[in-house]
Amino acid sequence: MTTTVTAVDGQGSTAPAAVAARLTGVTHHFGEASRPPVLDRIDLTVAPGEFVCLLGASGCGKSTLLSLVAGLDQPVSGTVEVPGGRPALMFQEPALYPWLTAAGNVELALRLRGVARAERREEAQRLLTLVRLEGSGPKRVHELSGGMRQRVALARALAQEGDLLLMDEPFAALDAITRDVLHEELTRIWTETGRAVIFVTHNVREAVRLGQRVVLLSSRPGRVAREWSVDIPQPRRIDDPDVSRLSAEITEDLRQEIARHGH
Amino acid sequence: MATDTSAPPTRRTADDDLAAGLDALETPIAAPRSSVWRAAWRAVWPVLAALGALLVVWQVAYLLELKPPYALPSPADTWHTLLGTIQDGSAWRAVTLSVQRAAVGFSMSVVVGVAIGVALAASPLLRRAFGPIITGLQSLPSVAWVPAAIIWFQLTDATMYAVILLGAVPSIVNGLLAGTDQVPPLYLRVGRVLGATGWTRIRFVLLPAALPGFLGGLKQGWAFAWRSLMAAELIVQTGLGTGLGQILDLGRVTSDMSLVIASIGLIFLVGIVIELVVFAPLERHVLHSRGLTGQASAR
Repeated sequence: MTTTVTAVDGQGSTAPAAVAARLTGVTHHFGEASRPPVLDRIDLTVAPGEFVCLLGASGCGKSTLLSLVAGLDQPVSGTVEVPGGRPALMFQEPALYPWLTAAGNVELALRLRGVARAERREEAQRLLTLVRLEGSGPKRVHELSGGMRQRVALARALAQEGDLLLMDEPFAALDAITRDVLHEELTRIWTETGRAVIFVTHNVREAVRLGQRVVLLSSRPGRVAREWSVDIPQPRRIDDPDVSRLSAEITEDLRQEIARHGH
Repeated sequence: MATDTSAPPTRRTADDDLAAGLDALETPIAAPRSSVWRAAWRAVWPVLAALGALLVVWQVAYLLELKPPYALPSPADTWHTLLGTIQDGSAWRAVTLSVQRAAVGFSMSVVVGVAIGVALAASPLLRRAFGPIITGLQSLPSVAWVPAAIIWFQLTDATMYAVILLGAVPSIVNGLLAGTDQVPPLYLRVGRVLGATGWTRIRFVLLPAALPGFLGGLKQGWAFAWRSLMAAELIVQTGLGTGLGQILDLGRVTSDMSLVIASIGLIFLVGIVIELVVFAPLERHVLHSRGLTGQASAR
């Protein structure tokens, strides 16, 4: 489990650095295989440094897909390759450990990755500075605001060595203005660190605001329904006319996709 | 790949202010804490009143001679006996000996209990196998172990420690298991994402996450350790030093009811003092540092 999530045979590793993640024919069921699949033959390739948004209604298996990429579950069939090391995963909840300080949470990620004690403190401070929390290291989790907690969670995710960052609706529980600020931060940090990101959301505007590519998943079973590449230059604002126009187009597709289940 | 450079600096500062403002507004404001003394007084006066009422009932029972005076001495006589044992140093020696035994026995119980608890928490099969037995042992009075312990270890300190261990370990194991059961599954998922497996998972995720629930088990374990020790000291009279239980039995042998009551009072007092001095601050510290003090936090 150090380099790839699912072991692949030799032919899969001809060009190891060419992808951040590659899913080939990934199918997954909950429980026995006789039940309808949650994910059905998903093919998805994420290039190094690419920002991909996965969009879909409830029940499309977005979170399941991230769990598979993160290696928390194994697909029933198909392969998941993540050549760049164990990917980091952020949840809707910050899920920080309340018995540690903000810096302690980041340092734990470094420690579990084997970083020497002497370097941990400095590296944690660097990461907290990156998410603009340089003064909040000694604070306890309960002393931080919701947006600050999610930034600490981002710093903790960046402390992992993998060059792929998985985000499962990380800003869904935040108010609109905080979310707006964090979109800005995430775009900046993505630019600075060059990590590949798979960002799951059900918010079309958020997907268009952030992603270089938006992938629409159908529901029950989850399949790749359509893809858009977003050529609007960063930094975008969520209310840019170009963002609105593309969001409207994608929303129309998403509506049709949801309406299919109404009859 | 990242295409664009960062935002123009002018907008950056405005966003900085916005972010800082959001953080400031959303950060919980520490509630002003009321005076420590007032809080302490609010907790203490009802207890003092209740004790006072008990004393009054006792004194009335004595004056009515519900029992002859040798069987029911007055509060004042008992107080004099207690003062006597304090002045000649025997009370202090007995308390320190008993507390020392209980502390050593309890420490051993924590080590053994945590080891067993971790093993059962890590292995569902072990837990299904031994869990019910340990829960059953918890309801077995530890006095029942005293005869066995005497046969195994004769009249040595090992007998005391064996009885304490058998009394306290089941509570500590069950407390740890209760604590681990309450750990939010998300914490464990995060641990897996961070790469915590095996012992690192237990050490850095499971045990610290289980601590608030485990504290209850520790407290109960202490209570069981103290009770078990008193039972053992009552029964094991000779060969070992004089602990509180031995003084209590001395009172019975010499038909000195005021000594019996005084010893019971001391045993009771030690239990309360340990709770107030050790466990209450520990619990407060753990809960406070995690923001679980019940005082409204933001959100």
